[in-house]
Amino acid sequence: MSHHLLEFKDVRYRYPDGTEALKGISFLITHGESVGIVGANGAGKSTLLLHMNGHLLPTSGFVTIGEVPLRKETRPEIRRKVGVVFQNPDDQLFMPTVFDDVAFGPLNLGLPPDRVRERVHEALRQVGALALADKPPHHLSGGEKSAVAIATVIAMKPDILVMDEPAASLDPKSRRAVIGLLNTFAHSKIVASHDLDLILDVCARCLVIRDGAIVADGPAPEILSDATLLAGNNLELPLTLQGRPARA
Amino acid sequence: MSFETAYSGIGRLDSLSYRETVVHRLDPRAKVVATMLFAVVVVSFPKYEVLALLPFFLFPVLIAALGDIPAGFIAKKVAAVSPFAVFVGIFNPLFDPSTVAIAPGFPVSAGWISFASILVKFALTISAALLLIATTSFPGICRGLRRLGIPAVFVSQLLFLYRYLFVLMEEAMRVVRARDMRSFGTRGTGVRVLVRIVGTLFLRTVERAERIYGAMLARGFRGEAPSMRREALRPSDALFLLAAGGFFALCRFVPVPQAIGRLVRELAG
Repeated sequence: MSHHLLEFKDVRYRYPDGTEALKGISFLITHGESVGIVGANGAGKSTLLLHMNGHLLPTSGFVTIGEVPLRKETRPEIRRKVGVVFQNPDDQLFMPTVFDDVAFGPLNLGLPPDRVRERVHEALRQVGALALADKPPHHLSGGEKSAVAIATVIAMKPDILVMDEPAASLDPKSRRAVIGLLNTFAHSKIVASHDLDLILDVCARCLVIRDGAIVADGPAPEILSDATLLAGNNLELPLTLQGRPARA
Repeated sequence: MSFETAYSGIGRLDSLSYRETVVHRLDPRAKVVATMLFAVVVVSFPKYEVLALLPFFLFPVLIAALGDIPAGFIAKKVAAVSPFAVFVGIFNPLFDPSTVAIAPGFPVSAGWISFASILVKFALTISAALLLIATTSFPGICRGLRRLGIPAVFVSQLLFLYRYLFVLMEEAMRVVRARDMRSFGTRGTGVRVLVRIVGTLFLRTVERAERIYGAMLARGFRGEAPSMRREALRPSDALFLLAAGGFFALCRFVPVPQAIGRLVRELAG
């Protein structure tokens, strides 16, 4: 299924203030892959994610999604294929009620009302938030907001799901719920996070980014157990791999 | 009034709007139109009119009673914003010193009467507006306005105002708490610090707005927030509008208090 490909070819991006955030990024993600993106603060993870649905356009190089090259004119099409869940659910949930928010994307896709209602129910059921449909977002807990934010994106049925820190600032149980949720999706998944245990649980492949370039790309268990590589990127071994000595 | 009580007041107004009563179930359009009509009629009275305005209190009182809204809460909110009305009218007694007799042998300056008229009009319109929000919910009002033909741009602005008011207030509350924690006595709580806090909040808001717009574009936004609720006006809505309109017209064009007085006198005599 070639139409679920995501390809970056020598992508460079320079912010208007002159900072070069991406310095020649190339990778290929194929259908159904789950890929973690890790790196220090300021390494370029967020800039990279913003290229995946055309929020930013590369200064040079190419981004291709399916068979569609990312250009200004193709952005609407790209955004239909790639769903991005932003880090802060308060930025993601802008409509007055949960139902309206999840319906926002499908309505913009031009679906008829019955289909929209179906999609909203399906998406909310999938994230276990059906009971919240009529609530306003400011009455939700942090975990509920995260679940609903994911529902707003899956209701659009994207081919590729991109997430920036999906479980940041969640309590352990809600975090576990999000991990379980991510593992139920058959989409291609791209997850940027400092939560390396989450990456280990969700992703089969892992990219390490430093100073706007890819310094490692391989199977997640391999990369995330390489203590030297991780330490060089302000990271450390996932807690589950740290094997703490028992206290005497 | 501290910041945190102001915040919880708005929160309370919002949570009241999720109740289920006869008034809450009315179509937002009917309530918006009735409230606007009410405000226009109340304001249309001449500036020395006080007595003829009093029957209008029946409208907010009835709405509050049927809508199960605690009257004390609304009264407190009205009192909280009343300084505006007081400042508007406080100099009337000085500027308008001609005397009139409100009762035999009891003369007051006409300015006091116009001042009282301003206060009554203010209390009427503000309580009606607060009750509209408390019984309709802000999103409901916006939906009503949109379907009454108000342009989508304005309605979206109102919706975002409502959605992010809580986010912004919570953010402001956190900043104020952080300031209070590190300021001792009056140091650090002065106007200069406050100005900088407001500046910081403004910049954060701009940044947030950018992120939100990004999130909207990511989900196919093209200028109008779509809504799929298509509620039709029911007979009860029409009845409510008719009754409210009739009542307003009666109180506007018939001197009701005098009529009641005459009736009482006739019954007694």
